[in-house]
Amino acid sequence: MTNIVQFENVGLRYGAGEETLTDVSFQLGAGSFHFLTGASGAGKTSLLKLLYLAQRPSRGVIRLFGEDTVTLPRARLPGFRRRIGVVFQDFRLVPHLSAWDNIALPLRVAGVVEADLEQPVREMLAWVGLAERAHARPATLSGGEQQRVAIARAVIARPELLVADEPTGNVDPDMAERLLHLFDSLNRLGTTIVIATHDLHLLSRVPHAQLMRLDRGRLHDPTGALRYPPKAAE
Amino acid sequence: MSDRSQTRVLDEAGGFRAMTAVMGIMLFLTVLATALGLGTLGAARTLDRQLAGRLTVQVVDGDPAARDRAAARVTELLRRHPDVLRVDLVDRAELQRLIEPWLGASASSGALPVPALIDVDLRREDAAPRVADVVRRAASNARVDRHEEWMSPVSRFMDLLTALAAALVALMAAATLAVVVLAVRSGLEAHRGTIEVMHMLGSTDVQVARLFQRRIALDALLGGGVGGLAALAIVWLLGRQLGALGSELLGGATLGRGEWTALAAVPLLFILLATLAARRAVLADLKRTL
Repeated sequence: MTNIVQFENVGLRYGAGEETLTDVSFQLGAGSFHFLTGASGAGKTSLLKLLYLAQRPSRGVIRLFGEDTVTLPRARLPGFRRRIGVVFQDFRLVPHLSAWDNIALPLRVAGVVEADLEQPVREMLAWVGLAERAHARPATLSGGEQQRVAIARAVIARPELLVADEPTGNVDPDMAERLLHLFDSLNRLGTTIVIATHDLHLLSRVPHAQLMRLDRGRLHDPTGALRYPPKAAE
Repeated sequence: MSDRSQTRVLDEAGGFRAMTAVMGIMLFLTVLATALGLGTLGAARTLDRQLAGRLTVQVVDGDPAARDRAAARVTELLRRHPDVLRVDLVDRAELQRLIEPWLGASASSGALPVPALIDVDLRREDAAPRVADVVRRAASNARVDRHEEWMSPVSRFMDLLTALAAALVALMAAATLAVVVLAVRSGLEAHRGTIEVMHMLGSTDVQVARLFQRRIALDALLGGGVGGLAALAIVWLLGRQLGALGSELLGGATLGRGEWTALAAVPLLFILLATLAARRAVLADLKRTL
């Protein structure tokens, strides 16, 4: 399996404080499914930020899609980011755009013409159960509805890597089930999925998912399958 | 991104709407300042054209007969001079009619030693000193007045007004650029969250910059259009009134086709300048982010 993500001894420090992430090394194969767990403050969101290129590490090497992204020129970052879908913990919907326009945003950024937006956006709205709320602005949507819009926006461009921070935190169990099913479907289409969550019940819903556990900035690898370099190569 | 989406990603923040009014006022003042500059420049050129190479020779003599003989001699000499285009010995009756309002009826009585006046147009402006020498040699009591010398304070004043107008235009342009940069910075702060999301979705800096430059261009177009048109209308009305005055000097201040074209180009240049400034400000700011 081709590795889509490789971390080698990655450390992340904000300012002059202690390291938020320390010596994090792992690899994610293309088409794999991972849950990232850990207590609050363990560094989950920081690790996700490194994955979706919102942050550069203080040290170590990160390779995404086979390229070193630590030394990647700024001008090349957008090309990489378009291959990554992100569900932010706080959704980060554009407040003055409707649900429809928020979901269409990644396609517009990628240069898809208006005529070709209609069908995928409508399908995605229906898929997350918001067809009737297409023209509603985020402020008029419930937390769960906003989360579904954020998920639809993250997946509409069929990213190669999907990074989600607590994507089912604000939805009821039925909707959480449906969303997990969406992630699983995407995964079966080849998208690598990394979901940060506190909800350990989710883990049992995706039997083939691997677990990554962060504890005070260090990655614990219960299965050993995530270690980089792989055990066999040591 | 498409035009439709570009118009909506940035919301209708109040700062941008205020920009429309600011752009309108700035452009209104800039067009007026430009018109003033072009007007004074035109008037100064007209004045220079009219005065450069023009002389008045005064022949002063207490004996009217000697004065007239000297005036005739000088006139004849000037007519034959290669640098002289036209010589006109001012008619005595005409001269007396001109001075009568100041000197009364005695001006025409012959009791006053009124000089003989000769108007001279030169072929070349730099010939004045040579021609003055010739006049003085022919009549030692003749005095040569160069028109540009006694009108030079007026000419200098016109030049000063032109320079002042040019400085005003430059200041207005600089102020407009500063306003645009401030508005863009404030817009960037107000939309920081949206911009971060756009970046995370794969937007390039140029795509984000386009959102702002488009908005600024629209503000400049709308505000500048109204302000510019209002200023052009005022300039046109003032031009009509100046033309109606019939003054040779002020008539030079009325705008010709070239000046009107330049004036009409000011709003377009402003829009272009504002758009480029917005783009530059956004790109410079985004360069500091990841």
